[in-house]
Amino acid sequence: MRLLDRLTRRGAAVVDPLVADLRAALAPERVRMDGAERALMAKDASVFGGGVAGPTCFPTSTAEVQAIMRVAARHDSPIVPRGAGTGLAGGAIPLGAPVVVSLQKMNRILEIDEANRIAWVEPGLINLDLSRHLHPHGWHFAPDPSSQSVCTLGGNVANNSGGPHCLAYGVTDAHIVALEVVLPDGEAVMLGGLDAEPAGLDLRGAFVGGEGTLGITTRIAVRLTRNPPAVRTLLLSFSSVRAAAQTVSDIIAAGIVPAALEVMDQRITVAVENFVSAGYPTDAAAVLLAEIEGLEAGVDIDAARIDEIGRANGATDVRRAGSDAERELLWKGRKTAFGAIAQLAPDYYLHDTVVPRSALADVLEEVYEIADRHDVVVMNVFHAGDGNLHPLLLFDAREEGTLERVHAAGAEILRASLAAGGVLSGEHGIGVEKQRFMGELFSDADLEHQNRLRRAFDPLCRANPGKVLPEGHSCADIQQLRAVPTGVWG
Amino acid sequence: MTASLAVTDPVLHDFAEDVGAADPVAVAGGRTRWAVGGALADDARILAAPTGIVAYAAPEMTVQVRAGTTVAELDAALASHGQRTALPDRGGTVGGAIAVGENAVETLGRGRLRDAVLQVRYVSAEGELVTGGGPVVKNVTGYNLPKLMTGSLGTLGLIAEVILRTNPIPAARQWLVASEVDPMAVADAVHAPGAVLFDGTSTWVLLEGHAPDLAAETAALGSVGSFAEADGPPTLPPHRWSLTPAAAAAFPDGRFVASIGVGTVWADTPQPARPADTGAAAIAARMKHNFDPTGRLNPGRQAGA
Repeated sequence: MRLLDRLTRRGAAVVDPLVADLRAALAPERVRMDGAERALMAKDASVFGGGVAGPTCFPTSTAEVQAIMRVAARHDSPIVPRGAGTGLAGGAIPLGAPVVVSLQKMNRILEIDEANRIAWVEPGLINLDLSRHLHPHGWHFAPDPSSQSVCTLGGNVANNSGGPHCLAYGVTDAHIVALEVVLPDGEAVMLGGLDAEPAGLDLRGAFVGGEGTLGITTRIAVRLTRNPPAVRTLLLSFSSVRAAAQTVSDIIAAGIVPAALEVMDQRITVAVENFVSAGYPTDAAAVLLAEIEGLEAGVDIDAARIDEIGRANGATDVRRAGSDAERELLWKGRKTAFGAIAQLAPDYYLHDTVVPRSALADVLEEVYEIADRHDVVVMNVFHAGDGNLHPLLLFDAREEGTLERVHAAGAEILRASLAAGGVLSGEHGIGVEKQRFMGELFSDADLEHQNRLRRAFDPLCRANPGKVLPEGHSCADIQQLRAVPTGVWG
Repeated sequence: MTASLAVTDPVLHDFAEDVGAADPVAVAGGRTRWAVGGALADDARILAAPTGIVAYAAPEMTVQVRAGTTVAELDAALASHGQRTALPDRGGTVGGAIAVGENAVETLGRGRLRDAVLQVRYVSAEGELVTGGGPVVKNVTGYNLPKLMTGSLGTLGLIAEVILRTNPIPAARQWLVASEVDPMAVADAVHAPGAVLFDGTSTWVLLEGHAPDLAAETAALGSVGSFAEADGPPTLPPHRWSLTPAAAAAFPDGRFVASIGVGTVWADTPQPARPADTGAAAIAARMKHNFDPTGRLNPGRQAGA
């Protein structure tokens, strides 16, 4: 019987000293250790098996995050920060029974500073809530992950998240001006600054995308993006995925940088259309959603060029959204694509790789072949303008052996992307998902240098151990060996 | 297994061999910003980085270029395909521009330099070639070494080669200038200017985009003041200040040019030293120790000094 169960059964008489210290540092009700909470915190939105969560803390201020870090350090316990748990690479899965720090109670917009074109926000703020708040003032936050109605800004910072509109505006990193972070030793540090070129090393740039292994973000200065005066949204239908992919390449090659270029294949289009009735053509092999933002005349010029390029590649239909409502409906279809999958299979594995745009069509064909070979149903909905593929592998976890086939197909897809000159992840991060492939992209020296960066923030490897870097290139192994035998929660 | 990003270019391996693993060493480019970060130690051996454009994939909007290549040569190659990067041309090299990390005058239009560096290859203090980042425009694979290297003044590694994001040169561009107008009102009157510059009296604005939009924006500026066409930006004073956009717009006095909406100010006098956040300074010190424990890379220099 595990120690936790023994302690629980014996009632309140015995409380783990780590929990007691955390409760003293916060408030008893904001340190939870019941079974339901631990089960909830053991997983994220990925397909990877749950870890083992230690006590979960719900801080409400920087000072409280510092207090948690200090208690954890005193007890030699690892910590893992957590936002909404929508991560798809297993980055928030607790390994080594860490103290889980949920930032969901730190969700305020602290200040809108239009003179400096930034907003200070807390990490638990939901991405879409920020843009909804900013919109009437003429601004928005440009990175828009598909999960933006639930994911948090702190999670976006951790994963350097992307989204459809990152084609023109860049991923999260380009929109983070300054960060207050709490290091694993409990110190609060300001990284970056509101000035044009903050002095010293770009530690803010190094921190973003650190997947919670460098510390915990407590305040974020995000760059405000002007709302565009004009938007045109086009839906192009094609009789082959290759033609859609080629159109994307040709648009960029023509010197047009749309705000978004998204492709959905027929399988996903049918599922989405059943789900939201957005008017997507269900008979097309692929659809391309193209959006151009800017000034009135320019968006019309670019829209006409895209129409022309699409037709030159055999587009069977080109539709323009006639109203904001129609435009929103098309985007609703794109952004709820993953939800629509539920009609088809109980489980899916959403992959995330990037290839050069010119290799899109070839790699997509390979993706379909790989899936066929492993007897797995694959659908594709992806940020084509960035070359960011998102193959969706459908499965039913209850069927024996299915998940293994899915993982085998997933590994082959990764290798096909690397062979085409691509990388492992465009926006989801590495987490526990892609660690073992890091050595196929980077040399030992490359990984050693990534580890040097990591250890400048966290010399003792206490923050989110066991993530990003593969075994042998991080202190994760040591951390877990130490945490499991001594940890009350293991 | 062979690493996908393994460095096969013999020119880079030769450079790594020249750097070696023992003595104090630095790289000189065009020496256009040689004083940034403090004086180089006397005993440092000075090398030049390898030169040449390795691969330019215009349809991918990426260019792979060795660090010793001049920005002017890169600009010319890109311009022949209607493209440009965020790097400022100060008469120096690509590696120098990235090591210093200063943005172009036209930051609003060209983007920030730090966001343009997709992949960096550098020689470590141990004389090894290291690759950070990746060759594609979107990439969050692993820790962000390109960001760390940008602006690090060669104190963590000596930049050998980079892959940069390129962007299309807009169809039409026009500088305009007006006196006695509120620069903030100018910035608000146009949607996405390439630059808005203010010297205390006059305001310059760079309009970029499709020709009909430029005409409409020029007309919109008519409600703010009386603008005339200009050949380019004003001459910039020598010293560079980094301020918040709000502070830059209210720069006190003397000869200056402020970048409105960005915060850079060029002035006759140097910017007083800025106090560093002590916590960030401690991380930076650990970073230096982890990357260059013996302090042989660009000795005497410090990013932000």
